[in-house]
Amino acid sequence: MSDAATRLRGKDLLGIADLTAAEITLVLDTAEAMKEIASRPIKKVPALRGKTVVNLFYEPSTRTRTSFEIAEKRLSADTLSIAIASSSVVKGETLVDTALNLEAMAPDIIVLRHGSSGACHLLSRICRAAIVNAGDGMHEHPTQGLLDAFTIRERKGRLAGLKVAIVGDLLHSRVFRSNILLLTKMGADVWGCGPPTLLPPGLEQLGVHPTSRVEEAVRDADVVMMLRIQLERMQGGFFPSLREYFNVFGMTPERVALAKPDAIIMHPGPMNRGVEIASEVADGPGSVILDQVANGVAVRMAVLFLLAGGGEHVAAA
Amino acid sequence: MLRLLRGARVVDPISGLDGIRDILIDRDRIARIDISIPPSTCRGATVIELGAGLVVCPGFIDMHVHLREPGYEHKETVATGTASAVAGGFTAVACMPNTHPVNDNASVTRFILKQAAEAGLARVYPIGAVSQGSKGEQLAEIADMRDAGCVAFSDDGRPVATALLMRRALEYAGMFGMPIIDHCEDRSLSGEGVAHEGYHAAQLGLRGIPSAAEDVMVERDIVLADITGGHAHIAHISTAGALRAVRAGKARSVRITCEVAPHHFTMSDQWLAAPVSYDTNVKMNPPLRAAADRDALVEGIRDGSIDAIATDHAPHHADDKRVEFDRASFGIVGLETAVSLCLDRLVHADVIGWPRLVELLSVNPARILGVAGGSISVGRAADLTILAPDLPVIVNAARFRSKSRNTPFDGWSLRGGVAATIVGGRVVYVNPEVPTAAGLGPLSGGQP
Repeated sequence: MSDAATRLRGKDLLGIADLTAAEITLVLDTAEAMKEIASRPIKKVPALRGKTVVNLFYEPSTRTRTSFEIAEKRLSADTLSIAIASSSVVKGETLVDTALNLEAMAPDIIVLRHGSSGACHLLSRICRAAIVNAGDGMHEHPTQGLLDAFTIRERKGRLAGLKVAIVGDLLHSRVFRSNILLLTKMGADVWGCGPPTLLPPGLEQLGVHPTSRVEEAVRDADVVMMLRIQLERMQGGFFPSLREYFNVFGMTPERVALAKPDAIIMHPGPMNRGVEIASEVADGPGSVILDQVANGVAVRMAVLFLLAGGGEHVAAA
Repeated sequence: MLRLLRGARVVDPISGLDGIRDILIDRDRIARIDISIPPSTCRGATVIELGAGLVVCPGFIDMHVHLREPGYEHKETVATGTASAVAGGFTAVACMPNTHPVNDNASVTRFILKQAAEAGLARVYPIGAVSQGSKGEQLAEIADMRDAGCVAFSDDGRPVATALLMRRALEYAGMFGMPIIDHCEDRSLSGEGVAHEGYHAAQLGLRGIPSAAEDVMVERDIVLADITGGHAHIAHISTAGALRAVRAGKARSVRITCEVAPHHFTMSDQWLAAPVSYDTNVKMNPPLRAAADRDALVEGIRDGSIDAIATDHAPHHADDKRVEFDRASFGIVGLETAVSLCLDRLVHADVIGWPRLVELLSVNPARILGVAGGSISVGRAADLTILAPDLPVIVNAARFRSKSRNTPFDGWSLRGGVAATIVGGRVVYVNPEVPTAAGLGPLSGGQP
């Protein structure tokens, strides 16, 4: 692990791929300070006062958008959320034109959620504003990866050396990509599990153990993370039925029993109860699924704060 | 009008010639080739001292380009495409039929040829559609298009849709001995893919186009060429597996040929990630494959399994590329970078010698398409590509003659370039950066 970082090197947060272990630690440490704010009677600090943040969402999102909006408001930023249905994009203006128009109004940060992998990279090349990736296609969802890591660290005290099993549709998941990049950088032992049709190529190269045997992935795990299975994957022929998926890969109390007794259960949401996870597990004692949501706000505050040039204002927070 | 080109190295694999020669051009034809032709013996000739630093080759033929006219004139026209061709050293191009309307009938073929004649630069050989509208259903009027000037048939941009249609096309075009050129891609396997299925696409979250999508289609075409006796030509081969299949087919004497594009033997899928991630100028179909595929293609160029180098010149307006990666159009321009890439990466890298280079860029394309050219011989048309093998070239897309700039090679430093291009005795391009070619200019002479 490299020396402690005091700031993020990049102008943007496009993905975990661009962060060093020291930068990841910096975000997580900063998020701890931010989390404390949520317990105050007045949940607001002036750290981003006078800064303008635009939330540009090309995909429907409740959790992530709300989380960013709350984070921005708690930092006293001026915020604006724009939801654009992908259908109108086809006939409407291009992403580049939309970005240039926003850019003309001089926002400090643009938070972008988009269905195309690499959309944030495209924006970062044309905008002076800092770009925060709130999920791009099947590529990355870095703030989700960070909040997952924050939650694990909060419960386990560390990331290095933990066995983390991630089970589900790995092929199409941006959450998976951000998580494996982050967890392997921080020294965790990461297992990726799903039907062979939903395992991306090159997992070994990324330092992940691929398997289609869920028992093998879960056995002695410290962390079990489930990913959402989307109905359209069944229609795409990746597996025969949701019923069969649950039988082979669904996280049941019996399977959870193979993990360490103090294992935590995670899910980025939204959950399909009875598809990838049984309700007994989702609502069970090891579940930290709602902690993830709470921590999302703190982690996003940390990211926005650091990208807005935070370093020198630490005291203000 | 007589022109005497003196003292250059002349490479002509068909006659086995590779040496210093003088060439006398009488109007549009080669009149004489000799070790020394004293100017005193050809009175009135313009004498051009090229010198041994330049290499004269039979005119290069790019058998796979998209000229976009009719229908997409904002991307390219026959005039700008052929200007790009001659600046890139090509004396002839074969243009794919995926225009709007599709070149699936003689009137479109004649229109393209009329535009080419008006431009008066490179020769243009239209490739007709295999099926009406390239829809993969009903055969297009192949004989009619042949009479109008088509030299081959293809539904390029898409594969020949069904095995049955491919079989019928091979049989039908076979009566004229003409090739079916196939863009080999099993669409059920490639789906919505935008990049080579592998480590880099997986990491970037880009939907993959597996090598198998190409391999199974090439295998299909070889089986069908075998049973029909027809000639299948594999466009832009990109995978080691497809190349293996072609080798095996050739070994059992199936009439199968293939071409490779310069980007496929110079780049690999790691360009998706760096130096610029999600650069839409590295998005093409077939995609940049794995490094092992690229290396296999270089080996295929060396050992003769690959017949031709063709650019798949695919001009797109900047608007079609300045978008999200998965929304961007497939394809790059190639006419003005191909020769430098071949010289730098193949000849100077000692993969192949000069005669083999000329086979790949001239002899074999002429043979596959059944068109004139491919040799420098007395009485034949004076179509010549003159190269400056050691010219330092820095690719500058802003100066392309093409209407489009979609290239991943902008800024590349390469060794070797085009000195001049002569079509039918007319000097149609002179590179101002090659002093020894200056005697060829200004652009004039002969009759088209």
